This record gives sequence, C-alpha cells and structure tokens, in this order.
Amino acid sequence: MRFVDEYRDGRAAHALAAELRSLVEPGRRVKLMEVCGGHTHAIYRHGLDALLPDEVELVHGPGCPVCVIPMGRVDDAISLAERPEVAFASFGDMLRVPGGRRRSLLEAKARGADVRTVYSPLDALAIAEREPEREVVFFGVGFETTAPATALTLLRARERDVRNFSVFSNHVLIGPALRAILDSPEVDIDGFVGPGHVSTVIGTRPYEFVCREYGRPVVVAGFEPNDILQAVAMLLRQLRAGRAEVENEYGRVVRAEGNPDALAALGEVFDVREDFEWRGLGAIPRSGLRLAEAFADWDAERRFPVPGARIEDPKACRCGDVLRGRAKPFECGVFGTACTPERPLGTCMVSSEGACAAYYAYGRHRRVEVPA
Amino acid sequence: MSDAVVTLADGAGGKASRKLVEGLFLEELRNPLLEPLGDAAIVGRNGTRLALTTDSYVVRPLRFPGGDIGELAVNGTVNDLAVSGAQPLALTAGFVIEEGFPLAELRGIARSMAGAALAAGVAVAAGDTKVVERGAADGLYVTTAGVGLLDLRAVLGFDRVRAGDRVLVSGGVAEHGIAVMLARGDLGLAVDVESDTAPLNGLTAALCALGTELRWMRDPTRGGLATTLNELATGAGLSVVLEEAAIPVREDVRGACELLGIDPLYVANEGKLVAVVSPEAADDALALLRGHPLGAGAALVGELREDSRPFVLARTPFGTRIVDMLVGDPLPRIC
Repeated sequence: MRFVDEYRDGRAAHALAAELRSLVEPGRRVKLMEVCGGHTHAIYRHGLDALLPDEVELVHGPGCPVCVIPMGRVDDAISLAERPEVAFASFGDMLRVPGGRRRSLLEAKARGADVRTVYSPLDALAIAEREPEREVVFFGVGFETTAPATALTLLRARERDVRNFSVFSNHVLIGPALRAILDSPEVDIDGFVGPGHVSTVIGTRPYEFVCREYGRPVVVAGFEPNDILQAVAMLLRQLRAGRAEVENEYGRVVRAEGNPDALAALGEVFDVREDFEWRGLGAIPRSGLRLAEAFADWDAERRFPVPGARIEDPKACRCGDVLRGRAKPFECGVFGTACTPERPLGTCMVSSEGACAAYYAYGRHRRVEVPA
Repeated sequence: MSDAVVTLADGAGGKASRKLVEGLFLEELRNPLLEPLGDAAIVGRNGTRLALTTDSYVVRPLRFPGGDIGELAVNGTVNDLAVSGAQPLALTAGFVIEEGFPLAELRGIARSMAGAALAAGVAVAAGDTKVVERGAADGLYVTTAGVGLLDLRAVLGFDRVRAGDRVLVSGGVAEHGIAVMLARGDLGLAVDVESDTAPLNGLTAALCALGTELRWMRDPTRGGLATTLNELATGAGLSVVLEEAAIPVREDVRGACELLGIDPLYVANEGKLVAVVSPEAADDALALLRGHPLGAGAALVGELREDSRPFVLARTPFGTRIVDMLVGDPLPRIC
C-alpha cells in the first residue's frame, strides 16, 4: 500500500534503531513525551518500544480527545441525550466514556435515549435535515484536528438554515495543554514528539513557545513506525547539540503555516473560552472552544439547560498523572482491575488512543518477551 | 447490579458477549451438552454422533456486496457444523418479519437461501414464520439451526491442541465486515469489497483427511481472527504466536481498514476457516486448503507455544504486540 508501506519497512526501522543507539549517552536517561494518542497507539500496535534504546523513555501526553473530557461534561452530554426531543449524535468512541456514577451514553441509549453513532458532524447535520421533527445535537469533541469539521458543519447549517441542529462543543486546544504540563511541578520531560494531525491544521509555529520559553525541542511526527523512530532520532540529535527548536518530520502533510482555510473556519465559528476543565489536568485557561455569538442559535449549551456540574475525578484513578507523563498506566492502582476497557473508570482506558487502553490492549503491563 | 440492562456491547462477540453467555445463559441453563460452549453441541446416541447448532441473523443492510441475509444464515449455520467436524444433514429456518416488508424482497432472500443450501449440499427441511408490527423489528431477522453428522476420522477439541502445532487461515481476512460496513454507505468510501460468505464444509471435509493430525477448527466470524485465536489460547492453555506479515489481507481491505483505523484482525469473516494441525501435517494441510477454490489464499500464520499465561502475540517487523480480545464493537450488526 503506497504511502504506508514505505514507512513500515522493517529494515529501515532497524537501521533507525541502530542510529538511535549511537545518539544516546550511556546511562543518561532521556524522557520524551508523545503528545498525541495516535502515536501512543502506533507505538504499541507495532511493538515499537522494543526498538528504542534503554536510555530513551517515551511517556504519553494529553493528546487523546476522549481522555481529556471530564466526567461532568459526559453527564451534561447524557442529560442532553435524555431529553425526549433530542437525537444525540456522537462519535462511537465517546459512547463508553463513563460520567458520574459510571453511567455512559451507551447505557443511556440502552435505557431509551436516542443516541446515534456518526462518523462525521456532517452525518449529524444530515440526520437533522432528514428528521426535521427531532432536535439533533452533535457532541463536538476533539482538538484542532476535528474542530474544523465541526466548524464547516455549522457554516453549512447556517447556510441551509437548518434550525433543529446544534453542537455541544467540547473542542479543546493543544497549545494551552502543553503549557499546563510544562508549568506543572516536577515536570521532567526532555522533549516532545509533536502531534501530526493537529499540526496539519495549526502548523508548526504554535509550538515555538515550548522551545523559546521552556527550552525543550519539539519534532512534529507522522503516525507510521518509521516516522516515530525518525522523530525520536531528530529529538536526540537536538538534545545532543543543545538545541531546542521546532522541527517537522511530517513534511509530507504538515506545513509551517498549517491549513489557512481550516483556521479561518475555526476563527469564524468558535470563540476561546475563559477556561475549560480537563480530565485529570483541572481547569486550563483559554484551552477550550465555544460557539461564537453569531452561532448562538446552534449552540446546545445556549439552547438547552445543561447541568454543568463539576464532578471530581475518581480518587483511585490516576488519569491526570498518566496524561502528564508522570505515571505509567500500570502504576495506577485500578489499572486492569477496577478499570478495564469493558468497564472503564478513567477515560484513558476508553479510547483506543488512550494510554491505558493501549497498554491494556497490547499487553504492556504484562511485559511479555517473545524469543526471536 | 440489579438494574443493569443489556447494551449493544453485549452482542458484539467480544468480552462482554462472553460474560453475558457465561454469566447468565450458561448459569441458568447449565448442562453437559451446553457447557463446552463450542460452535455446535455434540449429541451421541447408539454410536451415532451428531452436531447441533443455531444462530440468528440481524445484519443491516439485508443485502450487501457478495451476499444477503439469507445466504449468510445458511452459510453461518453450515459453517458452525463444519468447523465442529460435521457434515451438515439438514437446516431449519425461522423468520421474524416486520409488517410492510416487500414480498418480492422476501422471495429474493428465500431464493438465495436455496442457492446457498444447494451449494453446501444441505436442505432447509423445516421452518417457521412470525410477523410483528411495524417498528418491532428492523425489516427481517432470520434464525437458522442445523444438525450434522460428525466425521469420525477427526477428533477435534482444545484438549487436542499441543505446543508446536501450526495455525492456518484459509484466505484473506476482514472481507465480510468491511463489505457490510461500506454497504451502509455512511462512510462514502468507494472500495469494491465483497463479503466472503461461503460454506466451509468442503474445506473442512478435505482437512478431515488428516485424521488426528487435525486438532481444531473454527470460523472467525464476529470479533474476527483475533477473537477466535484468543478463544483458542484460553481453551488450549497455550500462547498463539502469529507472524503478522503472513496473515492474508486483501490490499483494498487493508486500505479500507487503514482509513477507518480498524485492525483487520478484529473484523468479521463469514467464509474463512482457522485450523490447527500438527507440525508434521502443516504442509499437507496447506496443500489441501489451497487445492480447494475457497482455500486458494490459504496461509500458515503462526504456531502454538507453551507459556506461563496464554496470550495471542503478533510478531511485527519491529517487535511484538499482544493481540487481545475485542472490547466493544467497531462494526455493529454485521451478521
């Protein structure tokens, strides 16, 4: 398969692995955060960690949109879905995310709520046009990656004057999340594997503050195994040379300026919230998007009463430490016991991009060795 | 939890389904015939050994590239008998039909059942119809049951599987699930993938010639190859070590899976066979499969290994990963 197989070539991977070994200083540990859940998933799906030198530790960042939604917002979503006039449209990943009392949209659906799985916000708009008697609410979730699709859908809803459609926006921004992690005490991350998909939209410039203000290098990377290995090599080279710059490994997709059309749509449709609550990370200033005044008619939070209760993260769950790269999933007391993919306690266990789910699915808590 | 309800995850063929079957149905209905929870129950009387099975079909849409619910319902039950080492003798079919269902469509489905039965060399010998009010069913549900005569040359079971045994797959995986998903048209992907729905009793009869060298067979339907191999690992108490690159996946299916972010190992098949054979018989088994039109794409994909805990592992060009059981369902209502 073109554009995939080239980046999954085993021989090239082993050559990169040899290069990585030459780039580390024996005994000096390097901690790199892969910001995006897609990277976490790729690393474990391909068994890539086995190719990294012992000195390099990869920790997982906050870049899984499902994982950062706090329980209170899930309860808000359930309360919207339970309104008799509402057809609640959501990406499949969000259906199993537990809210307070561990209830999920999937359970709400089993008890009679009209919850529909969609693959794109445009599908939700199509439902609204097909079923004018229903109030269709789309659960907008995701970083700058998915937010433009929501924005374009809202632009289209306005253009076609679809009045029975609205968005419950939980879109978030990656930059403020990185800053929150860098500002948290005891942060010991040496560099970042920057998110690929988000960067197709925002470009590479928004990461420059990480280098300038915090002295850490960032390499934006693609999602194939050799992309990730290459990005790690680029980070190690920067660290060796004492540089801290934004570099782009994913040049075949990502441009420095991003996607101007997508950015313009975001600017037109959304405003930045004063602050937004993140699962495990708490409230982060200017980190979430709400619908702009001009789109108030399509804003589910303005059109329907939403409880908006703040629910403490469960005490036993260490999602916050996992999202900050301070704990490995298996170091959490409930990992694999009270919290499993079938019955998740923390969001990191729900999405296949969540660090805990990746660890669980690919068995990294079990540390299995396979003889060659 | 006493107020718990059934969710869609309970029907997805993964961990939740198993919990429902073992924790509720087996608990209430427990008996020695049901207890092995195989694809078919084995019933013996006076030296005759029969295999008995049943399956319901709720696929949406009712027609998809490569087949329809009728063909699926015949092949599915034929295959449950076939992988138990039986040749199907006769099937029954039950229809739950929603008021307003077009007769012409119903006739088309009955006709394709007849075609599938003919191809498998089995008769639909008894049936039942029920009509329910509009809204009480999604068009049509079909339930088939089947009885088959065990091939006494082969003795199959988890307890027959040994470390060192080889795992074979009869052809490309993930075709049915992807075909049905694309047929719904929600995704706007234009890929020409057809369901692989087919009767496996010809292939299984060929393999039965291996006698006791043939250890175990299964058709990897819901939950895909990964789920079936996890059942094998747990049942046999051995790890399954796969060579990921050896697992056959058609190029366009692999492309669709990549786009959708789905692992083809978890996508359903309706005309593929997984077989475990002794290491000595592996080459013969591969030749027998490849000698059959439905097994032309057969491949040796892995082997069984002694382990402290049974896992399914896949070797990639980079390292290894664990292939766990499916949780939840990426593609609901595909069979």
